[in-house]
Amino acid sequence: MTALLTIIIVLFVAVALWQMVKIFDLAQVGTATNTQVADDQDNKINGYLMMGFLAFIYIMTILCFWYIGDLPLLSNAASEHGSEVDNLMIISLVVIFIVQTITQFLLHYFAFKYKGEKGKKAFFYADNNTLEFIWTIIPVIVLAGLIIYGLFTWNDIMNIDEDEDPMVIELYAQQFNWKARYSGQDNVLGKANVRLIDIDRANILGVDEDDPNAQDDIIVSELHLPVGKPVVFKMRSQDVLHSAYMPHFRAQMNCVPGMVTQFGFTPTVTTEEMRQTPEIVEKVQGINELRRERAAEIQESGQELIYEFDYLLLCNKICGTSHYNMQMKIIVETQEEYDAWIKEQSTFPNSLN
Amino acid sequence: MSATIDTHDHEDHEVHHHKETFVTKYIFSLDHKMIAKQYLVTGTLMGIIGILMSIMFRMQIAWPSEPNVLFEALLGKWAPDGVMSADVYLALVTIHGTIMVFFVLTAGLSGTFSNLLIPLQIGARDMASGFLNMVSYWLFFISCIIMVSSLFVEAGPAAAGWTIYPPLSALPMASGGSGMGMTLWLISMAIFIASSLIGSLNYIVTVINLRTKGMSMTRLPLTIWAFFVTAIIGVVSFPVLLSAALLLIMDRSFGTSFFLSDIFIQGEVLHYQGGSPVLFEHLFWFLGHPEVYIVILPAMGLVSEIMASNSRKPIFGYRAMIASILAIAFLSTIVWGHHMFVSGMNPFLGSVFTFTTLLIAIPSAVKAFNWITTIWKGNLQMNPAMLFSIGFVSTFITGGLTGIILGDSALDINVHDTYFVIAHFHLVMGISALYGMFAGIYHWYPKMFGRMMNKNLGYLHFWITAICAYGVFFPMHFIGMAGLPRRYYTNSSFPLFDDLANTNVIITVFAIIGGIAQIIYLYNFFVSIYYGKKAEQNPWKSTTLEWTTPVEHIHGNWPGALPQVYRWSYDYSKPGHDVDFVPQNVPLKEGEEELQH
Repeated sequence: MTALLTIIIVLFVAVALWQMVKIFDLAQVGTATNTQVADDQDNKINGYLMMGFLAFIYIMTILCFWYIGDLPLLSNAASEHGSEVDNLMIISLVVIFIVQTITQFLLHYFAFKYKGEKGKKAFFYADNNTLEFIWTIIPVIVLAGLIIYGLFTWNDIMNIDEDEDPMVIELYAQQFNWKARYSGQDNVLGKANVRLIDIDRANILGVDEDDPNAQDDIIVSELHLPVGKPVVFKMRSQDVLHSAYMPHFRAQMNCVPGMVTQFGFTPTVTTEEMRQTPEIVEKVQGINELRRERAAEIQESGQELIYEFDYLLLCNKICGTSHYNMQMKIIVETQEEYDAWIKEQSTFPNSLN
Repeated sequence: MSATIDTHDHEDHEVHHHKETFVTKYIFSLDHKMIAKQYLVTGTLMGIIGILMSIMFRMQIAWPSEPNVLFEALLGKWAPDGVMSADVYLALVTIHGTIMVFFVLTAGLSGTFSNLLIPLQIGARDMASGFLNMVSYWLFFISCIIMVSSLFVEAGPAAAGWTIYPPLSALPMASGGSGMGMTLWLISMAIFIASSLIGSLNYIVTVINLRTKGMSMTRLPLTIWAFFVTAIIGVVSFPVLLSAALLLIMDRSFGTSFFLSDIFIQGEVLHYQGGSPVLFEHLFWFLGHPEVYIVILPAMGLVSEIMASNSRKPIFGYRAMIASILAIAFLSTIVWGHHMFVSGMNPFLGSVFTFTTLLIAIPSAVKAFNWITTIWKGNLQMNPAMLFSIGFVSTFITGGLTGIILGDSALDINVHDTYFVIAHFHLVMGISALYGMFAGIYHWYPKMFGRMMNKNLGYLHFWITAICAYGVFFPMHFIGMAGLPRRYYTNSSFPLFDDLANTNVIITVFAIIGGIAQIIYLYNFFVSIYYGKKAEQNPWKSTTLEWTTPVEHIHGNWPGALPQVYRWSYDYSKPGHDVDFVPQNVPLKEGEEELQH
């Protein structure tokens, strides 16, 4: 499939090239004095090509929306604030789409319409304050709307409402994997610092063993979240910058060595439910078809052949060699399932050697 | 030299014509026209390296970990059996970014055209200081040599991204490239900044002091306004990057903790305490954001000039164009935080930076509409330079519009550091600035080399490049919105992204074709130097002063007295004149009024 596409494109471009050279050859005929300055013929050909290019931009836009624009990531957010972000995103995209369509049309159409001809004189038109005012004020109004909407959304996302009693979880980044530390019954994380890391005793996060708050902490390498419960992530890194990117939840925050950053959200769709949504079913089907095509290669790499949808936490800040494979699975489940899972995990003091 | 700079008197220039040797003419030249050419050729060579790198890492993304002859040939021991390693991939994206942003689009673009056009368009014999101008170029050259030599270091060149965020860039144990490679990177950049500052000061002083008689600020071509404001932005912001680089050198080599704190790596705790990587991000982006305007403003100036000349129409809204350049320059210094919405800085700052960032859209929109109105009812001469200028406006709009999403903190959360960002900035400042540079080269080639470039090759170059530029970067918006992070060596660790693999192949194919198309340009450029059609004095029938100088370069630019200026630089198709252009040095006719602009 890929090879076929490649070949088609190469052929297409080759034909286009050949055609262009041909056009230019023809354009040369009859021009006895070749000054290398555009003549009427050049203006005409390039004017038409400008319209062709406009069509190319439009077709490309349509193709992109058609084939790669079905963006499950744009339409089914799995967090409470996610739908708000998506609304704002869609409004912004619509604004962009309208402006893009109109301005590109004007630009290329004018380039075609007003292509130069010998003896024609351009319209001497240097200034118009009304016009300048119009295209200053229109962006001002549109942007004011977007800014206000954006700022409300931003404040909404970044202000963590302590009254809702969010569940506190630490996300801990290191080259090149993630750990999560649940704060346990007391919902308070035990103190921690990289200087307390003791590999021999398996205290890999540098948690203070004497801190009473640390006694019920639970360290895991797969993130489980109960659906509908607000969580706030406290993020740490032990070595370089990382970024905790959870695209399905519209969440991202850098993990910075030397400080604790935070991001909070409320997951609204369980992994199981998400797998049933038509968009994801279709997406997963498509992916699995592609994977079957290159089954040998995938099995060789040790991955499972059949892909099943899961939420993911990705590293999204360049962090070194294996940056491309720094991930953690996120499972959103019902409160009961979550309770059952967390009960099986050993607490921090029990996890030490 | 100094005698030639005392300009306005009518002394005979020939007196100052010293006998020139090969060395003083071509190597340690003090002449701004030669220095411009030196910048251009050096920038071109760096550009070839940068583009080759991008083709290599695009191949890796499209066909992950497959053996590739190109890798084997070019990467040697870093690609055993032709398979690229993850470290090399990161090194390639890092050096590609560094070279393209600083060495090609800052020095190559600004260095070439500021040097060439400032004295010629304002009517000066040369730069204020020819010597400093030469020093500026040679510092740039040295920094190029150091940057390129870092490619041959044992552990590899810098591989922490072109933004070189510490701690990754500070700790050799975090990344192979953060050893000797990063040291060379920092030294190279420090020298580069010195070069840029010397150059910028020279441009500012020249524009302020050496304008010929009658050349008031409101008669300056927009090119000069753009170069002038760019130089000011450079002087304001580059020193901050220099300080960041110096502090980083201190952290790396002398044990200070400006940017580092609480680090445990490879089984040991490091001594650093109290520093903050976020501080580095602030310092870096305080330059880094103005830097994109340092790149794009000169291109805007060139495009404005070329569009007016080839439309045979005055630039529309001359005053509004200057006002928007100034507005962009001012705003550019207070928006850097939009690169840091998810860096962990206070969310309130995020709100402030969202506000200031989206404001930049206003002057940008004004400029775009003014360009479109400039070609409206024109008599468009479709020279290659004009095509690239129209292409510039097209990519500037396409790329600029998505800034509305990235500048909005709430939306940036989800597309930050994805391919959406790559698409945005490559179109709006990468491709656009490159188009501006190409437009400038096609347009002023006759001025630089006294010969014409072949137009048909120019057309071929433009159309292939235009199609490929969109083909490469337009789909990237969509794979970015699908959540694909940038700087991933391969996406095959995430089955989630498997359905984007075909798109990545298509993008790479476009990139390869687009890259190959640049050979057409290089051929045209270098062959025309020797075999191009001899240029007339004013081939494009432009109004600005550079076209009143003789085709053969002479020291001091004008053989006799300096020209005097009587009108603004955009008297194209002015009613009451027989020809469709009136050069700036033509006195007003009786009863003719100069346009109130």
